[in-house]
Amino acid sequence: MVSAVPAILEMRGITKRFPGVIALDTVDLRVNAGEIHAICGENGAGKSTLMKVLSGVYPFGSYEGDIVYNGEVVQFDGIKQSEAAGIVIIHQELALIPELSITENIFLGNEPRKGRNGKGSIDWKAAHLRAVELLARVGLSDDPDTKIKSIGVGKQQLVEIAKALNKNVKLLILDEPTAALNEGDSQHLLDLLRGLKGRGITSIMISHKLNEIEAISDSITIIRDGHTIETLDVAADGVDEDRIIRGMVGRNLENRFPGHDGSSIGEVFFEIRDWTVRHPLVADRLVAKQSNFTVRRGEVVGFAGLMGAGRTELAMSIFGQSYGTKVGGRVYMDGEEIQIRNVQDAIKHGIAYVSEDRKALGLNLLDDIKTSVVSAKLSKISSKRLGSINPYKEHAIADEYRQSLRIKTPTVDEGVGKLSGGNQQKVVLAKWMFTDPRLLILDEPTRGIDVGAKTEIYQIIRKLAENGAGVILISSELPELLGVADRIYTIFEGQITDELPADHANPETLMKSMTSNRKKDVA
Amino acid sequence: MTDTTAPAKKSGGIRDLGKMFGGGGAGLRQFGILGALVLIILIFEVLTGGKTLDPGNVINIVRANAYVLILAIGMVMVIVAGHIDLSVGSVAAFSNIVTVTMLKSIDSAWQVSGESAEVTKGVLMSLIAIGIALVIGALVGAWQGFWVAYVGVPAFIVTLAGMLIFRGANQFVGRSTPQTVPDYLGYIGGGYIPDFPPYFPFSNGTVLLGILAAVLVVWSELRTRRRQREMGAVMAPRWVSILKVVLLVLVVAFATYLFATGRPGTSFPIPGIILVLLVLLYSFITNNTVTGRHIYSVGGNWHAAELSGVNIRRTNFLVMMNMSVLAALAGVVYVSRSLGTGPSDGTGWELDAIAAVFIGGAAVSGGIGTVIGSIIGGLVIAVLNNGLQLMSVSSDKVQIIKGLVLLVAVALDVLSKRNGGLSLIGRFRRPGGDLAVTDRPDVSPASDSAEASSRPQSTVPNP
Repeated sequence: MVSAVPAILEMRGITKRFPGVIALDTVDLRVNAGEIHAICGENGAGKSTLMKVLSGVYPFGSYEGDIVYNGEVVQFDGIKQSEAAGIVIIHQELALIPELSITENIFLGNEPRKGRNGKGSIDWKAAHLRAVELLARVGLSDDPDTKIKSIGVGKQQLVEIAKALNKNVKLLILDEPTAALNEGDSQHLLDLLRGLKGRGITSIMISHKLNEIEAISDSITIIRDGHTIETLDVAADGVDEDRIIRGMVGRNLENRFPGHDGSSIGEVFFEIRDWTVRHPLVADRLVAKQSNFTVRRGEVVGFAGLMGAGRTELAMSIFGQSYGTKVGGRVYMDGEEIQIRNVQDAIKHGIAYVSEDRKALGLNLLDDIKTSVVSAKLSKISSKRLGSINPYKEHAIADEYRQSLRIKTPTVDEGVGKLSGGNQQKVVLAKWMFTDPRLLILDEPTRGIDVGAKTEIYQIIRKLAENGAGVILISSELPELLGVADRIYTIFEGQITDELPADHANPETLMKSMTSNRKKDVA
Repeated sequence: MTDTTAPAKKSGGIRDLGKMFGGGGAGLRQFGILGALVLIILIFEVLTGGKTLDPGNVINIVRANAYVLILAIGMVMVIVAGHIDLSVGSVAAFSNIVTVTMLKSIDSAWQVSGESAEVTKGVLMSLIAIGIALVIGALVGAWQGFWVAYVGVPAFIVTLAGMLIFRGANQFVGRSTPQTVPDYLGYIGGGYIPDFPPYFPFSNGTVLLGILAAVLVVWSELRTRRRQREMGAVMAPRWVSILKVVLLVLVVAFATYLFATGRPGTSFPIPGIILVLLVLLYSFITNNTVTGRHIYSVGGNWHAAELSGVNIRRTNFLVMMNMSVLAALAGVVYVSRSLGTGPSDGTGWELDAIAAVFIGGAAVSGGIGTVIGSIIGGLVIAVLNNGLQLMSVSSDKVQIIKGLVLLVAVALDVLSKRNGGLSLIGRFRRPGGDLAVTDRPDVSPASDSAEASSRPQSTVPNP
């Protein structure tokens, strides 16, 4: 793209490797001075990694390629240096301290000092005055002495921007700025970005909300699988949502999914009706709204949705109400209503949940493999009277899974912390297969594991279904859903927006239902 | 006598020997602590000119420290579950005063005459004392467990409050005055295994116990091997088993010699018996039962435990309650040895117990620790105390040395973890090795920050 406007930032041939994975492969990014530049891509495409390279979170030397900022090659060793140069990144998890006031947060680490050489005590008076001024610039009229915890997420986001303005920001990077905001707050934020643009501040915005991107950005860079796919000029190229989606998902579907013809599918045995769940902390926020869905025996049901759409929340709330507060809804198994008050109930009814975050929620990393495998149903290997565990059975069972799931480890006495991601995931799968589940909920089961192990996990999923279990597959990777699932539901903002047989769906139609609330009639 | 509880699942050379001291992947670590204990004993043996391993001194060490070791058993479970208990000394003191008060009123109402009736009464009253103490311990423990498990107040706070509450309750009940206890109670904490004719220069009872222990060692190893063969498990080479049995029998024989050849009238102390039984019981619970597994899983990763169907509240409740029960039992043992109780019983006990657990290899963050390790840790402190006293080191210096030992022991643990231990697993994986890297690192590019919004533990405060 030839442009007369000077570039404020050029990232040339950025390559970032992690052990075993190339996260970014010669990525190029050119951002013109004074524009709003959006970066789009699927989850895991490398957007956040690119921004971490830019802001110095990954210091110079840990990546290849050049960063040219204001016409000079820069080498940042950390956030301090990039901020000194006027590059400020606002992460989606806000870096604010809830118990401190707005003023204290704005000047945290950057406090105005008294005294001639600026080494005296903190000049709160100056800080206060400056805070009022900064808040006015972001359109906030709150008292700067208010504690952060007592203002909403939308306002917190604005405080973050005020904090950035105080650092004399020239290039503002926002990672999913509106993901947690409601419609009104999002609009306000977008308006503010336009206002900042008018004052010559350049913004880079990472977002999944394509309508917002279309509305606000001047140019869009699409990243897929660690490569730059294209940079679009919104005004000149006539970009719309469909165009962006095509760029994001347009990859070839390789033949890495096990074949399935639907012959294993039986009758409906599991059903959720009117399932409504409240956010655990924000009382007026619903993470699942009147959701209805069914699962058949031997069927793999896919759940598509972007990060934060409420897929995990839905799954965890069904799995023994381990997330949020259930407001309403019913669960039917084999046509009869069942009560699931806690995880023990869920396991008793044959429901298993493999978490998206295997390290934090799926495994005790201090355990060894055999202890992990049996941990969700110890009653199967212990005596009824004393509750004493039979170590030989435990070992033999774990070893069976080691062989059948091909867990790469010399023995099952190894610690799970030492295993690779793919093998850890197999241990988690084994742990839940050991509970003899009738309904297996898999939440991002292939996140962060390599292609080979992914294929093996797809085969395990298919095999479970062929043996009669119902499987719910939550995934951010559309090809994976299309390749493995028999039927797919889409979720947007806590609502089930569509239901499609997998062979009638394609990435474009799914992405559409995942990014808008045009609710169709759910069959 | 420890290996009866160790499930010797997979065996092999040194690893197998490590497993004799409890599983949980902490085998080698405890091997290190055991080595340190042996080293300290040998150093003091030299420095004190042979006084440390004198039979009378060894018997004394067991008698004087049994109560701390009993506390350490409960404390390691609390710490493994990710909590702490600061109240054990006060709980013991409270339980003591109530037990003694009740015991005295029963005593004055129950008059007997004749020597054999006196003996019967003594035995019964001792059992009643233990019974009362256990009930009080259970009640106090239920109180503390309720706040920790069902209200969610951190155990540090609950037991800090308990430390004040039960110290005050002790002084309220006992009117802050020391009390004596009936002599017959002395057997629990101060008694010995009885001797019987024909009399030799050694204690028959202790020798018999030693023989019993040796037989148990051999029997349990044979049983383990038999079960391994039946279940088709991997077995240790025969020489390892034989070496293990021979070593353990030698240890048992040496201990028997020490305890049996003390002053006439002394032998293996009763509190030692209580301790051994408790160690066997709690090693079994922590290593081999569902409850034990739950304790480790709650301490290791309670989120994962909860999502595996572990009843976290019940586990926390039981752990806290059990600690108070053991504190009350430790109190009885202590009162019985000193034949008195008072307003300052149990001061500082919590610190001794906690120190024992951490020297014994438990992790501050929970999830790691064993009963045997904590006993060894407690013995390290005990031998240190004793040795320094034998060398007439004044108590100010003893405290400084004990503090330094605790600090260095845990520092070594922290450093060994930093150099590629559990906490850094994953950073040192070799590509192409058996456990080759097929994984992305923790800072995975797949983990968009947006995913945080789908996490249950959102840090976004309530507007």
